Parts: sequence; structure tokens; C-alpha cells
Amino acid sequence: MKDTLKRLTEAFGPSGSEAQVRDLIREEISGLADNVTEDALGNLVAVKKGSGRRVMLAAHMDEIGLIISYIDEKGFLRFGTIGGVGTLGLLGTRVRFADGTVGVIGMEKQDDRSKVPDRASMYIDIGARNRDEVHLRVGDVACLDRPFVDGGSRVMAKAMDDRAGCAVLIEAMRRLDDCPHEVHFAFTTQEEVGLRGATTCAYCVEPEVAIALDVTMTGDTPKAPMNAVSLGQGAAIKVRDGGMLSHPAIKDLMVRRAEENGIPYQLEVLEGGTTDARVMQTSRSGIPTGVISVPCRYVHTPSEMIEMADAEACVNLVTALLVNDISL
Amino acid sequence: MTTAEFLKAITESTGVSGYEKLVRGIVQEQFSAYCDEIRVDPMGSVWGIKRGTVGGRRIMLAGHMDEIGLIVKKIDRHVIRFTSVGGFDDRILPGQPVWVHGKTTMPGVIGMRPPHLMTEEERGKVIARDDLFIDVGLTEEQMADHVRVGDLITLRRGYVELKNGLAASKAMDDRAGVASIFECLQSLQGLHHQWDVYAVATVQEETGLRGAMTSAHGVQPDAAIAIDVTFARTPDTPEIGTVETDKGPGIARGPNIHPAIFEGLVETAKKLEIPYQTEAIPGRSGTDAWAIQVSRQGVPTGLLGLPLRYMHTPSETLALRDVERCGRLMAHFIAGLDESIIGRFRPSLPQE
Amino acid sequence: MEISFLQELSEARGPSGFEGEVRDLLARRLRGTVDDLSADTIGNLIAFRKGSGASPLRVMVSAHMDEVGLMIVGAESSGFLRFRAIGGIDPRVLVAKRVLVGKDRIPGILGVKPVHLTEASERRNVIKIEQLYIDMGAKNKEEALAAAPVGEFATFDTPFSYLEGHELGDHPHGRVAGKAFDDRVGCFVLASILDQEYPFDLYGVFTVQEEVGLRGAQVAAHAVFPDLAFALEGTVCDDSPKEDDLSPTTALGRGPAITIADASVISDRRLVDLLIDTAVAEGIPYQIKQPNIGGTDAGAIHLSREGVPSVALAVPSRYIHSPESVLDLTDLENTIKLLRAALGRLPSTWNTRQDQGRNQ
Repeated sequence: MKDTLKRLTEAFGPSGSEAQVRDLIREEISGLADNVTEDALGNLVAVKKGSGRRVMLAAHMDEIGLIISYIDEKGFLRFGTIGGVGTLGLLGTRVRFADGTVGVIGMEKQDDRSKVPDRASMYIDIGARNRDEVHLRVGDVACLDRPFVDGGSRVMAKAMDDRAGCAVLIEAMRRLDDCPHEVHFAFTTQEEVGLRGATTCAYCVEPEVAIALDVTMTGDTPKAPMNAVSLGQGAAIKVRDGGMLSHPAIKDLMVRRAEENGIPYQLEVLEGGTTDARVMQTSRSGIPTGVISVPCRYVHTPSEMIEMADAEACVNLVTALLVNDISL
Repeated sequence: MTTAEFLKAITESTGVSGYEKLVRGIVQEQFSAYCDEIRVDPMGSVWGIKRGTVGGRRIMLAGHMDEIGLIVKKIDRHVIRFTSVGGFDDRILPGQPVWVHGKTTMPGVIGMRPPHLMTEEERGKVIARDDLFIDVGLTEEQMADHVRVGDLITLRRGYVELKNGLAASKAMDDRAGVASIFECLQSLQGLHHQWDVYAVATVQEETGLRGAMTSAHGVQPDAAIAIDVTFARTPDTPEIGTVETDKGPGIARGPNIHPAIFEGLVETAKKLEIPYQTEAIPGRSGTDAWAIQVSRQGVPTGLLGLPLRYMHTPSETLALRDVERCGRLMAHFIAGLDESIIGRFRPSLPQE
Repeated sequence: MEISFLQELSEARGPSGFEGEVRDLLARRLRGTVDDLSADTIGNLIAFRKGSGASPLRVMVSAHMDEVGLMIVGAESSGFLRFRAIGGIDPRVLVAKRVLVGKDRIPGILGVKPVHLTEASERRNVIKIEQLYIDMGAKNKEEALAAAPVGEFATFDTPFSYLEGHELGDHPHGRVAGKAFDDRVGCFVLASILDQEYPFDLYGVFTVQEEVGLRGAQVAAHAVFPDLAFALEGTVCDDSPKEDDLSPTTALGRGPAITIADASVISDRRLVDLLIDTAVAEGIPYQIKQPNIGGTDAGAIHLSREGVPSVALAVPSRYIHSPESVLDLTDLENTIKLLRAALGRLPSTWNTRQDQGRNQ
């Protein structure tokens, strides 16, 4: 799973530009599904047939990024953000465009150094001497550029949100045999800009039960926001986040399967943020929905950190749910 | 059960958004006396279906049965740290009695450090939510067996009747709306109505109109009325944008409201001499009506507001007469529905 | 181009929820031109133009009829009306303007205390919308509310005007000022392109309630169920002289603005490329709208049902959401030209695979 995770996190895929990630996932899951389709918004859905419940599992392919808003005469690129990119960590960060062009983020002189700099005072420098040397255009997008680091049990990379979820789904597909249910593994687009891919994808799939796989924030770092989730304590079973409440029966089923199979888990109550589950839950007449989260530190920075054992626990929880009866 | 008894029973029951099971049970049971069929949809909203004499056309009534509440965020030694489900003014929380729905339902209190030990400056500040905690009397060792992260917490306050037919309770928002639907179902027993009535007690309104969105998709109504509470005037509220207690329900106007429904409700109120108050809502109404209006190909929607004092506190206060008026108004509006209103739902276009 | 129709559209009054006058104007205009004309229950006007049959596609082009405006919420005993905004209005543009109240166009003044009676410090404070009032000349609360009951609407009182140097005729150019160019200019573009047959079935949808949350477009898209969609807008133009002009959003006179991404949608790249390629091939000027600013009906349309590939195309307009906006007639003509040409070049096979085009 670690190799898959490395390939996935290093791929380029800000919201709306997920093609590279999608192609990579297509390769990774080749032969693992009965049917693979792609819809109008670019969601990739792999179906494993079965006669039981129709279950949708969703992890989003897209990552946060930057978008060029202006190119000045000297060849500096001004930018907007795609999704929630914190300004604090941007200075000096490298960014990479779809064609491989790499730039660094610089900043105008700051009069007041005690303040967090304004994003409007920052720019991307791709090493162009002037506007004519810039082959990029307004509207082109970049991802934060940082290689995967294998620290053994803990790993860090950009876009762990939500390639970690994608990796969990892929790994679950690999290990799953003899599943009685009709499972739709959905790799969704545009989550970071408003859960857009999952909105149309859930409408299309029309599942009886939906589960999102995403990362969640932890409360285990120095003076972190109060939160009971810690790295290394297992799969996080979401009770609620800023956008939705998990269906109580699904949450309870997850807890039961984890306990039956000795899978480490923790309960998650997150105050802000949300996942694809928010829109899957209200698709059509409503779908009982839950979330399994991979605990992750430094979400939405270029170095998101997870513990492999937690991802492993998530895979085990997914497969434990899928091979058993799903009645709510 | 009278409407007031029903209101007492449901407001004293429990049903934080997403966890409406207990209150749902009461609503199911009580609606069933006046309906031909009861259904529970995938999100947990209750549909009480009362068939009309002609049928084919459906009107959906929506009142939400979820309430705001708190939820366990972390077990911190012998106390519970919490966050909210729905919008609270944190200033009402210190010293508030609560129920903690853990392994069993336990009484607890929201505690804070004694003000005696605070500096003058500290005492001038609102206490941050993370500095508050809930004490259920258990020791650190006992906590793990009784309370887990994600357990729900509700306000521990019962129903009380005040002077002049006023009543106060937690969760009047919007169980009073559900009670007005109950009143409407009773009134309809003595009336003939052509349309099928879908009396829906929705879930998860407080977390984003989520039950109304999905119920409307399922019901596919030809028209809808949402019933929610609205701001009643008190000494600390502005005059503009509030209504008066015990002067009848608010009938809303604005982009969220179909003019034919607004006019139909006003005509009905005038005919029956039911007092009402017009409420102007220039955009987002923040009620189930907002979600229902844009379901599928669009639903002509109306909105009735029950004047309520002290919204989102444990003592939400209203006039029982307003609940009764609202229910009776809806019943007579529904009894007057026939095919003619369908033609008024689509604007007529100039022909030349 | 019949600019007098733009004038009629601009002067017609229709804040969100009160679009009747605009709808009637458009319906009268399009009756006889299109194959079917209907209104849905929320008030959208749907003009259907049957295709030649050469393409199996169903294409939706939308423009919203509603404008920002005011809603009466009460009156003082002295007869002054209190109001709130319908849609996003910066209260700073309201002070000392004129409005027309209700269907009967009752003139009203947004009054303000004489400068003589204000303190210097007071003049530095923004006047909040809660402090503003409309003076119709009513003597008391009863008279005021009889003329303008709670829930009544009001609009800017802005006669359309031609600015210096304009020329009309077949290819009008120069600049004009008026209210509600957001999005009556889109309505004008849509009404214009409905005059011809296309290979595919075309649904011209004049939507309601865009300014309060893209609500008309949401239900219309569900009903029409198109294969792909174009949303037409009069969009933000911030090209006034600034020290560092890094963010004009769009610039007047530089051609139609194509949206790659705004706050509501990431446009389908194939449709963006279709518009760009068409503009280049036809020699029509165009500009890319700076990303992330504003939202359009495309935001609701692209999320309809299983998803609808969508793009937004706009006529740049200065000072939108104010009593006076300004646009360039050449931009308007070029937007119509570009959209017509792009629709003509639209491939008739349209698989759902989202080819990310230049970005990949």
C-alpha cells in the first residue's frame, strides 16, 4: 500500500484537473473490478458486482492547489487558491504545474512582520525573465510540490488528503474477495471546492448505503485544537464533522465490525471541515451514510503526515464491513 | 392527546439532529391516529399520509422535529469536553443542567471554574466553549465505562405553562411546528379535502435543512408549506424583522415563497378571521422551505412562522393559541385546494 | 443588434422573486421566434428551439432575469419605509439614490441627513442598510404600508443612457449605462442567438432567483436535463486605474470573458477550449475572467442530476450591483458572435469523458 500511496500522492491533481490521478488509479485497479466508468464531472467509478446491498465507497482524487490569476510584465505569476490553502506555509514553497513546470512562491516586502502576510502580496516565480518567457496562462493550475517521505511507520507527503483514502480503497479492492454486495468504489473529483464530484456521482450510483474515506485532523500535537483523535490509534469512525452527522446505525455497525475483528479504532467528533459524505447523505431521497477517516496531521499543508498502521486499520475495517451483512 | 399535551410530550422528548429516534416514536404514534399511512424515510423523517377525496395531488407540510444539542468531543479526566450540534450562543451555557446520553441517560451540569478565583479581567470575558465542561459526578476511572466520544447531550429543562396561555420549553424550535401539523391533521378530520396530505416531521434541519431536502425529493409534492418558529419581539430585539407573540402566525413573503401560496394563506386567514402577521424575507429563509422550493423541478412553497421568544435556549416561549391558529389555518387552506390553484402556480405569459 | 431592446431589458424591473415584468418582455419578444415558450412554477421562462436533427444533443443556455433590489420590511410612524437588500448590495451605493417602489413604480428617495448636521467623525462611518429609509412622501405608517406593504419590492430608478462616442446601427459600438446589466445583458445575448436553428435541440432558459442562490437554474436544469450548458452573465469588471492593476477581473472592451473557474464552478475544460478555439479561429477578441471571483448559474447547473458539463461566458460590466453599470457594445456584439459560432462548432458526439485539455 505504501508504494501505491507514494505514486498517488506524487501525482498532480488539483480540483478540476484530476486526469493524472485518474489515469494512475485506472492502472492500479486494472483487473480488480467488473466495470469501470467515468462520468460527466470526471468521477471514476469501479464496480464489483454482487447481489447484496448497493454500497458506494468514495474517496476524492483532487487536492488543493493554486490557479494563475495574472501574469505581470516581468513574468511573475499572481495566483488564487483552489480549495482551502493556508497562507502561512506558502512562502518559499515550490509549486508544480500540469506540464511539470516548477515555481517557487515569493513575497513582496512586508511593512509589518508581525502579521500573517496577505496572499495578494505573494507570487509564483517560475524563473521566467519576462512575460514572453511564460508559456503558462491565466487559469492554469499548480499543486504544491513535495516528494513522499517514508519515515517507516509514519509517512508524509502532499495530497495525503485524500490520496490516503484512495489508497485505502484500492488496497481494499485488492484484498476483497467473496463480497456479497454490489460495491461502487468511487474516486471523486472537486471535493476541495465544494464536494462537487460526489454530488453528481452519488446521484448516478444511487446507493443504499454510502461511506466516505477521507483524512481527519488530530488533537495530538502540541497545543492542538481539542480533539480526541490521535495518530496511531487506529481507524477513526466519524460521529460528526462540520458538515454532517453520520447515520447512527452505520457508525454503530462500524464499531461492531472493528471490535469483532480486533481492528484498532477511535471515535471522531470534528468541529470544522467535512467530506464527500455530506452530499452523498442528502442525494435524492437520502442515503444512510458514514465516514471512515485516516488520522492525519498538518492537513492542507505540503507535508501531511499519517501512520501506515492507521491506513491499514481503515483497509481492514472497509473489508470487514463489505464481507459481512450490512443491515441497519 | 390534545395538541398542548402532544407539544409537552415531544418537547420533553429527545432528538438532537441526526438522532431523532425517541421523538420520532411519539410523532409516529400520534400522527397515526389521524393518518391513513405512516412512513419513515431513509433519513428518518416521518411522513403521515392522509388521503384526499380526489387524490393525485400532494401537499407536503414540513415541521422539523430535531433540536439543537451538544456532543461529547473528548473525555478529559473526570469531565466531558463538548461541542454543539446546531447553533448555540455560548453565553447561555454556564450552569445549565443537561442530560448526557451515554451508556445510560445521566443528569449532568455544565461547569466552569469558580468566578471567585478569576481576576477582574477574566470575569469580564465570555467563557470559551473549550473552557466549559460537563460534570456527571463520575470519577476519572468510571468515565470510560459510561461515556464515549460522540455521545449526545441535551438540555435538561421541562415544559412549563406561563400566564395567558404562554408555554416555555426546550425544543419548541421546531416541535411547535410539528404540533401545529398535528393540530392541522385533527382539524382536517372534520373537513373535506381533495388533495393528499403529506404531514412530514423532518430531521436535521438545524444542521442544514437536510431532512427537508431529502423528504421533498421523496414526496414529490405539488405544493408545500413549511412551519418553523420565527422571532417574537422582546425588549432586546429590534421592531423591524420581529413579530408579536399571540397575534397569529407569520405568513412569509419573498423569493422563497410562491405568491399563490402566500395569497391563498392570507385569503384563508381573512375568511376564518384568524389573525396573522406578514413577514418579509428578502432571500434565504433558513427554514425547510428553502430546501423544499428547489427540490427536483421546483415546488411552490409557503412558510408559516410561529412567534417564539428566546430561540435556541432551554426556555423557548410561545403562545399555544398561535400553534392552534397555525394548524387551523393550514387545514382550511388545504380543504380549499383543487385543480384551480395548479394553473396559478405557473405564471401566464403574454400571448401576442 | 437592436440596442433599444437592451434598453427595455435594463429598464424592466425584476428583483429576485419578482421577475414578472422581465419575463413578459422576453416572452413577447420571443413568441413566434421559438418553437415553444413556457414558464415553470418558480418562474423560469423556457424557450425551446428544435434542432435540425443533425445532432442528438440537448443544449441549455441560461441567463438570469433577476436583478438585485430592495424589499420593504416595515415603516416608521412618520411614513418612512424600512427595507433590506434582495441579493448582494453594498449599502454604500444606496445613499441618496432614487428608487421605484412596487409594480406601480411609486417614486421614492433614499434619504440622508444633510451634511451640515453631521459630525466629521460620523461622515467616516458607513451608513448601514438598517439605518437607511425610503421617503415616498407618505405622511404616516398607514399611508406608507398601504402603498408599499411589507414584502413589496423596490428597484433602482435608472433610465438607460448612451455615453459619449457611441454609435448605433448594424454594428453598434461605444458604451452605455444602465441598471441590471447583470444579467439583462445575458438575456439580450440569449434572446439574440435564439433567432436561428442549430443542429441540436436548444433550451434557452431565462432563470429567476440567481442573485439569492442560483435557485431558478437549479430547478430548470433538473427539468431540462441537458447534455451540456452555457451560462451567460454580465460579470464583474474592475479595470479602474489602480497602482498595481493585478486584478481587473475583466476589462471593458477586450471582448467576451470566459470563466475557467469561479467560486461556483470549475468550467468543463472542453467547453472552455471550444470557446477559445472558436474565438481564435473567428478572430473574435476574448479574455479569461480572473479565477475565483463571483458565481453564476453554471454553479447550480453543473451539479444537476448526474452532472452537466458547463461553462460561463460573460459580457464585462463595470459597477454591477449598483444603480448604474456600464458596458461596451462591442463586447456585447462579440459575445453574441462568439456564442453563435461556438454553438455552430459544437461536436455532435459528446462522450462523458472529461478530457482536461490544455491543463493536462
